[in-house]
Amino acid sequence: MSAPFYVSPEQLMKDRADYARKGIARGRSNVVLQYADGILFVAENASKALHKISEVYDRIAFAAVGRYNEFENLRVAGVRLADLTGYTYDRSDVTARTIANAYAQTLGAIFSGAGEKPYEIEIVVAEVGDAEDDDTIYRLTYDGSVTEEHAFVAMGGQAEHISGLLKERFVADSVLTDALRLAVDVLTQAPDGEMRTLTAGQLEVAALVRSRARRAFRRYVGPELEALLAASVAHQAEPAAADADPDVEADDHS
Amino acid sequence: MTTDGSGRLPTAFHQPGVGSFADFLGMHAPDMMPGRRTLGPGTVDAPHGTTIVAVTYTGGVVMAGDRRATMGNVIAQRDIEKVFQADEHSCVGIAGTAGLAIELVRLFQVELEHYEKLQGATLSLEGKANRLSMMIRGNLPMAMQGLAVVPMFAGYDLLVSEPEKAGRIFSFDVTGGRYEEHSFHAVGSGSMFARGALKKFFREDFSQQDAVRACVEALYDAADDDSATGGPDLTRQIYPVVVACSIDGFQRIADDVLHDMVGRVVDARMIRPGGPAAPLS
Repeated sequence: MSAPFYVSPEQLMKDRADYARKGIARGRSNVVLQYADGILFVAENASKALHKISEVYDRIAFAAVGRYNEFENLRVAGVRLADLTGYTYDRSDVTARTIANAYAQTLGAIFSGAGEKPYEIEIVVAEVGDAEDDDTIYRLTYDGSVTEEHAFVAMGGQAEHISGLLKERFVADSVLTDALRLAVDVLTQAPDGEMRTLTAGQLEVAALVRSRARRAFRRYVGPELEALLAASVAHQAEPAAADADPDVEADDHS
Repeated sequence: MTTDGSGRLPTAFHQPGVGSFADFLGMHAPDMMPGRRTLGPGTVDAPHGTTIVAVTYTGGVVMAGDRRATMGNVIAQRDIEKVFQADEHSCVGIAGTAGLAIELVRLFQVELEHYEKLQGATLSLEGKANRLSMMIRGNLPMAMQGLAVVPMFAGYDLLVSEPEKAGRIFSFDVTGGRYEEHSFHAVGSGSMFARGALKKFFREDFSQQDAVRACVEALYDAADDDSATGGPDLTRQIYPVVVACSIDGFQRIADDVLHDMVGRVVDARMIRPGGPAAPLS
């Protein structure tokens, strides 16, 4: 039996990181951004059943890109951890930090574990607070590193390009329609400047709405999403008509 | 508790399967499951919850409970709440050993929300009732030592084709037997009297307000004849907990509405202590 080739740890980790990064780069993107009444999640996702954005707990949501089976596995684990913590102690004791920590440990262990392939995913765990300054957004990468983000996060194939666009154009405290317009704009603008169009059917949109009583998470689907998208375009075309869509905003409290 | 040696979440968290929180708890932390504890010999004295009533109406169901918990001949608590929201369209009321029952309700609430989050869909009303019956069955060893939990479950069934008949009531026995009740039902120590009253009050064309009134009257009758059931406490302004489930979801009837209604009920009983007379023909 021949001795195995020596591979330096640096090379081993680099290969694993490259593998994970390539996997993530193949997928579509996901944008998370703060707006006046909470945190908005917009993903390019043609499937209505296989979600990239979901509720974890009362004030906490999850967004991911990459391989579905891998992030779904972590999503389920996160919901279980949140519900277990809330059941053991109290609902107010469940925080995004607890969940982000558990994810970081798990992703880190998988990344450096010899027997497993690294997960090809990126995750955002976000929690809406009582005020905009209390919002927390954690971004986790395939190797288990965690960063706390402010204002916006972009993940997926075009992450760097989209982050660049968001850096230029992000406005704090914008209304829901403006935030949605920005998110859709940056998702549709290719690096070469060409614009694609994304219909309501190709988008997954959800928000953690600060003003909702207990469970802040809310999905926008079907006719409601279409109306919201139409309002966001109209809003942009006619900036004078600020707050021109009381219906859409009012729906947040339903 | 929640991580293995490497800091990684344990296998139970990653196990694919159905969205049951109770099953997960049984796998990961079985000692936290109600009813899984080993009991020593002898009996304990614990507070008991008493009467819960439920009445269907056109387009929904109302559930109400008195506010008393008793421990032998002592009133353990005079403002206990025994009717809870289960999820967006259902509610659960409890009679029996209060401590165990409240824990069971808490687990049931998490169970429903957990399923909803994991599966992206809510359980059917029957599914929820079956789930609850399985949890009660798990409590059977405790029930045999005198610590029984007897809940009642009611809700608005989104799958029913006639929305006016969508309010449904389920009762349970200590062995987990699940029975659908029609029109109205009551559980707990004062239930015989409450049920007798409801039998006379109930009409097919009840509005929500009528159903609330019937529940308040029935609880008054239960308190009239059962020492463990608390009547409305006018001096402390403690009124029954009354909730309704309809197409619009779960709703707790506000205290000021109950204040007026209880006032009217008590005023009427000043004249006729037995309550409204049922016509003989």
